[in-house]
Parts: sequence; C-alpha cells; structure tokens
Amino acid sequence: NLLCPGARCGANLCRLMSIRSVSVDLNNDASLLIDIPDALCERDKVKFTVHTKTTLSSFQKPEFSVPRQHEDFIWLHDTLVETEDYAGLIIPPAPPKPDFEGPREKMHKLGEGEATMTKEEYTKMKQELEAEYLAVFKKTVQVHEIFLQRLSSHPILNKDRNFQIFLEYDQDLSVRRKNAKEMFGGFFKNMVKSADEVLISGVKEVDDFFEQEKTFLLDYYSKIKDSTAKAEKMTRSHKNIADDYIRISSLMYQQKITRILIYTHIVVTMSFVSLQKVEGRVASDQELKLTELLRYYMRDIQAAKDLLYRRARALADYENSNKALDKARLKSKDIPQAEEHQQQCLQKFDKLSESGKKELTSFKGRRVVAFRKNLIEMAELEIKHAKVRSSIQLYYICFIMCTNELQYAWGICKILCEQI
Amino acid sequence: MIVFSLEAHVELSADECGSSAHKDPSSSGPRPTSSFTQSPAARQPTSLEQLEEEEAKDSFDVDVSVTSPEKIGDGMNAYVAYKVSTRTSLNMFRSKTFFVRRRFSDFLGLYEKLSVKQSLHGCIVPPPPEKSVVGMTKVKVGMDDPSSVEFVERRRAALERYLQRVVSHPSLLQDPDVREFLEREDLPRAVNTQALSGAGFLKMINKASDAVNKMTIKMNESDTWFEDKFQEVENEEQQLRKLHAVVDSLVNHRKELCMNTAVFAKSMAMLGNSEDNTALSRALSQLAEVEDKMEQLHQEQAASDFFIFAELLADYIRMLGAVRGCFDQRMRAWQRWQEAQSTLQKKREAEAKLLWANKPDKLQQAKEEITEWEARVTQYERDFDRIGMTVRKEVLRFEKEKAKDFKSQIIKYLESMLQSEQRWFPEWLGYWALGIGKGKPCCVTTSDNSAHIVFQDT
Repeated sequence: NLLCPGARCGANLCRLMSIRSVSVDLNNDASLLIDIPDALCERDKVKFTVHTKTTLSSFQKPEFSVPRQHEDFIWLHDTLVETEDYAGLIIPPAPPKPDFEGPREKMHKLGEGEATMTKEEYTKMKQELEAEYLAVFKKTVQVHEIFLQRLSSHPILNKDRNFQIFLEYDQDLSVRRKNAKEMFGGFFKNMVKSADEVLISGVKEVDDFFEQEKTFLLDYYSKIKDSTAKAEKMTRSHKNIADDYIRISSLMYQQKITRILIYTHIVVTMSFVSLQKVEGRVASDQELKLTELLRYYMRDIQAAKDLLYRRARALADYENSNKALDKARLKSKDIPQAEEHQQQCLQKFDKLSESGKKELTSFKGRRVVAFRKNLIEMAELEIKHAKVRSSIQLYYICFIMCTNELQYAWGICKILCEQI
Repeated sequence: MIVFSLEAHVELSADECGSSAHKDPSSSGPRPTSSFTQSPAARQPTSLEQLEEEEAKDSFDVDVSVTSPEKIGDGMNAYVAYKVSTRTSLNMFRSKTFFVRRRFSDFLGLYEKLSVKQSLHGCIVPPPPEKSVVGMTKVKVGMDDPSSVEFVERRRAALERYLQRVVSHPSLLQDPDVREFLEREDLPRAVNTQALSGAGFLKMINKASDAVNKMTIKMNESDTWFEDKFQEVENEEQQLRKLHAVVDSLVNHRKELCMNTAVFAKSMAMLGNSEDNTALSRALSQLAEVEDKMEQLHQEQAASDFFIFAELLADYIRMLGAVRGCFDQRMRAWQRWQEAQSTLQKKREAEAKLLWANKPDKLQQAKEEITEWEARVTQYERDFDRIGMTVRKEVLRFEKEKAKDFKSQIIKYLESMLQSEQRWFPEWLGYWALGIGKGKPCCVTTSDNSAHIVFQDT
C-alpha cells in the first residue's frame, strides 16, 4: 500500500496512520475474531471490553462482549501454562500489568510544583501528562488485545475450554481466579526458578536442533533485555527534552521576555512550541514502536525459553526414570511399574520435542517478519517527524526574517502548529 | 547522494528585513529637565531624537576576534594564550590589521580599568566571563580531554563576545586602555584580578546596591523614567535567570540523550550479531548505524543549545547586572550632590553664627569655604545631570543591542536545528528504503503534503 512494485514510484509519506504499538503477524482467520473496542479506567483498575465475533458452533452466540480485568487475563495465561497438554507449545506471554505509576508520579510532582510555575506552563504540562496517561492506556489495551489474538490464531490453543470461558462467560471470573490460585499457588513460579538451573546445569542434549535453540535463545534473550532497557532510557531523554521545551516556550511567552524580541516573539514562541510537540511525538512514537517492540519480543522469547525449560525437565524426568528402571532391574523389584513410568516419560519427552520443534520453527519465522515490519514502520514515523519539523521551522524562519506583519505571522503559525 | 529540496509555501517578501525602526515606547520619555551648559568636549545630545540619530551613524569600524588558544608552560603555572586579531578602518590604530597574544587575566585587567573609569560616568561596561578555578585546573593538567576542550572553547567564545561588545561601544572604543589592549605587544600583567571572579563581580554590584539602599534621603524623581526602568531591568534579570535554568536543564538532557543513544546503538549492534536470520541481522546492524549518526546529530544540537542559546542568556544576565550597576552609580552621584548641599547649608549656618559672634578672620575662612562648597554643589549637580543623560543613552543603546542580539541568536539556534533535521531525514529515508527492499533513494522532492522519492535501480 505504500509503494507499488517497480524501481520508480512515488510515495505518500505524510498520511496519518493510526499507530499500532506492535504489529504482530497473525493469520487472521475469520472464524474467530477478537478485539478490545474500548476500555474504562477507574482509579487503578482497567476494565477491558472483550468483543468476539465467531462462526464456530462451539460458542453460544455469533457475536458477544464481556467485561474483563487484567487479573482475568493472567488467570487465563497461567491456566494455559499449567495445562500438561500444552507443555510442548509456546504460550503467548501474559500482558504486563497496566502501569500508570510513571505519569501518576509526574502528576504528583507537577501538583507540588504548581506554585513555582506560571499558569501557562502548568496547563501545558498538565496536558502533556494527560497525553502520557492516554498513551499508557492505549498501550495496555493493545497489549491485552494482542494476547487474545495470538491465542485465537493458534490452532491448538484456540480450542481451549478455559479460553472459551474467558471469552463467553458473562459473569465475572473472580471465583475461578481464586480457585486457581489455591490450586497452583506459587508452583509455576517455583518451577521457573529451578528451571534455569536445569537448563544451565547442562542436561545432555541429544538433539542438535534443541542444542542450537538453547544457545541462541539464552544469548538473544540477554541481548534483547539489554536493548529494551537502553531503548527505554533513550525514550525518556526525548521526553525530558520535550518537557524542557514546554517550560522554555511558556517562559518566552511571558511579557518581560517577549519585550526583548518585540514583534518576533510570537513566531519564536510558536517555534519552541512546535519543537516541543515534535520532541514529545518522537518520544511517544519511539516508545510505541521501538521500545514496545523490544519489550514484546523479550517476553515472547521468555515464553520460548519456558518451552525449552519444560522439555529439559521432561528430559531430566526421562533420565531419572531410566535410572529408576535400572535400579529396579538390579533389585528385581517393581520392574513393570518402572518400565511403564519410563515409557510414559519417553512419550512425554518425544511429544514435547516434536511439538516444540514445530513451535520454535514457526516462532522464528513469525519473529523475523514482525520485527522487520515494525522496523519499517518506525523508520516511516521518523521520516514523518523529520519532514514536519523541517518544514515548520523553515516557515518560521522565513517569517522571522522577512515580515513584521504580526497578524500574518500569528495566523499562519497557528495553522502550521495544528498540522503537527 | 540524496538531493532534498523543500518548496516553501510562503511568499518571501521583497522588503528589507529590519526592525530598528521600532521605538520602544518607554524610552521616548520627557526631555531631561535639568539645565546644564554643554561642554565642548562632551558630545551629549540634548534630546533623545538626536540621540537616536547619533546611534544610527555608528558603524562597525572595528572587528575583533579571539582565536587559537594555546597552552603556554607546564604544570600549575601554565596558562592559555589567545590570539586577539583586530581589523579596522579607523586611523587611531597603528595599522589596518594586527594581532596580539593575550591571556585571560589580561581581559580581566582591561575590565577593571574600564569599570573604574567609565562606570563613574554611567557607562554600561560589559562584564567579562567568569573565572573558573576548576576549569583552569583541568586545563593545566591536560588540554586534550573533551571537557577541557569544551571549557577552553567556551571561554574563547565568551572572550570574543566580550571584546566585540567593548569595541562596539562608541565611548569605550575611544578609551586608551582599550587601544592598548588591542595593540600593545607587551602588556604589563594585570594584578588584583582576584576581585573579578564571578563571585567577586557580583559582590561589587551588590555592595553598590547596599550603599544605595542604606541611603536615608529618598530621591524625589520628577521623572519616573529611572525608577520604572530600574524595576524593568530587575524583572528582566529574574526572567532571564529562570529561562537560563531551564535551558541549562535542556543542555543536560540533550547530553544524556547523546549518551543513551550511543549506548543503545551499541546494544542494537550486539543484538544484530546474535540474530541468526541474516536479513534481520543486517536490519538490526543498520539500525545501530543510523542511531550512531543520530548520536552525532544530538551532539551538535547539544553544542547549539549551549553555545548559542545558554551562553546568550548567561551573557545578558551578567550585562543586566552591569546595567543595574550604572543606575546605582547615578544614585551615588545624586547622594554626593545632596551631601554637598547639606554641607553647604551647614557652612552657611556656621557663617551666620560667626557674623553674630563677630570674629572677622574666622569669618573670612568661612566665606572661602562657602564659595568652595558652592562650586562643589554646582559641579556635583552637573555631574548628576550628565550621568543621568549618559545612563539614559546607554540604556537605550543596550536595549537595541539586546533586541538585535536575541533575535539573531535565536534565529541561528532555530537554523541549526533545521540543519540537523535535514540531515536526520535522509538517514531514516535510506533505512526505510533498504527495509522495503529498494535501492538507495537518489532524489526526494517534497511539496505540500506528499513526498516523491526516486530510487536507484537495484
């Protein structure tokens, strides 16, 4: 849609595209379509409206919506992870908890510093914070939506009973959540902790594919975790610069400073306002595209690692069952049970290996495609910013240099500023 | 190579750009009410309109620059010598172009001499940049590390601006000390420059203010221009300090951005190395390269933030301090006059008493003293009026310079941002093109809301 094939073509770069935080490659199977069309933010709790459209007969109605909280998503995720049958699958990572702490803290600080600011400055900063709140909100909705969409596009997981309950059950799920907690408690978490040791302690790997995957994923995970943290810092710097520009432009707008610049003050102030708007945009777009992309794949790779852990555990179980069988043969006691146990372990391990191989291969393909798509979209956003910034500034400078017609400058600057 | 042209949608006016015709309303106040006889030596205009005409005639016949910092000597006695070059058409100098070597304390010495002489007349003497023990110690140790380089460059630029302000001031340019500073090969070393550290300068200004505040007799101004203007100056100084604090914060945040971008670029490169899919690996490595270039752009922007914007504000905060100083000088002059008047009054009372007591020889002395003090009163009154005139003229000139300076510096700042943006754009465009599988973009034209890109045939 952006470029027609062929070496020479035109492109329209300045279309405003609605920015999806992370474009994930999903096979959009029309038999089960899920989205989160709206959400409500009440104090700390976010209530998502999960909307489903389906042609499958397993559901009671073809279209329906239910309200869900973040904890419901976590319940669904944990239930899937605990399901033995899915041990050989990569379970899509759970969406992170909605985190309004950042903007909330800033709002608090702003409130404290209100006395030292001008009304102008305070209003502008408050607007910026409200935009930040909105961005966090938008991000969390998208991340929850992607989780459900990953599930709906997985041929095995989309048939899960609990998934259906999640989508359909029109009462709230708090009773189920409580039961699940009582049953599993911290079991899963403990498993993950010890899983690390299992993997690293080097259970002898017979399969080259898994050996390579293990090495690759462990290394890649640590690198992407590092990149995520550094991307976050970079984005924060952009935000800080945007905040500085807000303060500069509101100080310049005040009477005493603008006396210095006489007729050019409005134009110059608007320049700084535009700088600030663009810096702010760069920060939030960068956040959405780059940082969120890295964060998302960091979690996804963790999910892939979890699969490797489970397989490694199954391998360990199998090896233990072999040892137990040998011991039983030695003692000539309980041999049939030991043989049966060994067979079960072997089957489990083989099943995990087979489905694990499939999952990891398709995961790799999906990851590459999605990364590429997001990087291109990010480049497009940067281009949009740069172009807008340069044209705005060029206009401003023309005005400063060539005209003292106050009303012209004011009017046109207002229009240009709204264009951003 | 990418050719990037942007069509501006603005009709560029053919008029000459200039704003010097604007009259600041508060400066066109009433004419000075005191009368004085115009001494032939002083070129004091009698009206503010004449004043403006005189100013318009001033052209910049002298051009100075401060360049080539060079470290002389070693260890703790080392110092930096700067080349001060002058280019002029005026005949009072020994030639049309010449240069000398000066060190920082020489500049401070010049300021001291000028302020002692000129501020008594109500002149606004531009203050020099501040001393910095920390900065200089680093330089003495080694001039090569980046923070020393930055420090020396900052100082060089500040010294240049300082000298440019001095020579563009018509009265100061006539001062023999200035000429000596620019011309003389062996300048005697300035001593007593301790007082002229940043703190010392402020102390001097504040001491003068304190003296004024302690005045018991309140000045009754028939002309509120001075009071109003002084208030304005104080307010402006406050505003600039606030603005400078925020710009300082901007500079630091921009430096942080540089660091964070560089660190991120390295991290991306490492991620690219880990990636086993070759195409994606290349994409990530290229992103790392683009981010590296972004870091360079951010560095340049940080330099602009600082050298163009922050230093401008710092300079004018110091200048406003100097302006306040000359208002205080005028108050002192008024004080001297008042004190002389009261002394005269006392002498007259003493004379009256002596008349009554009939002591002829003492009476003669008293009469002589009265004459002496009458002359003094007249002199001090003249001085006060003259200082008032000068202060007015100086402030008017200062405001014009300030408006011009701010306008040109801020335009420069926005231009530098614009330039860096124009280099930002092709980087991302190139990255995007490679990402979608095209060859390098070789021509981009934009107009209105769309851009047209022509790619090299791959």
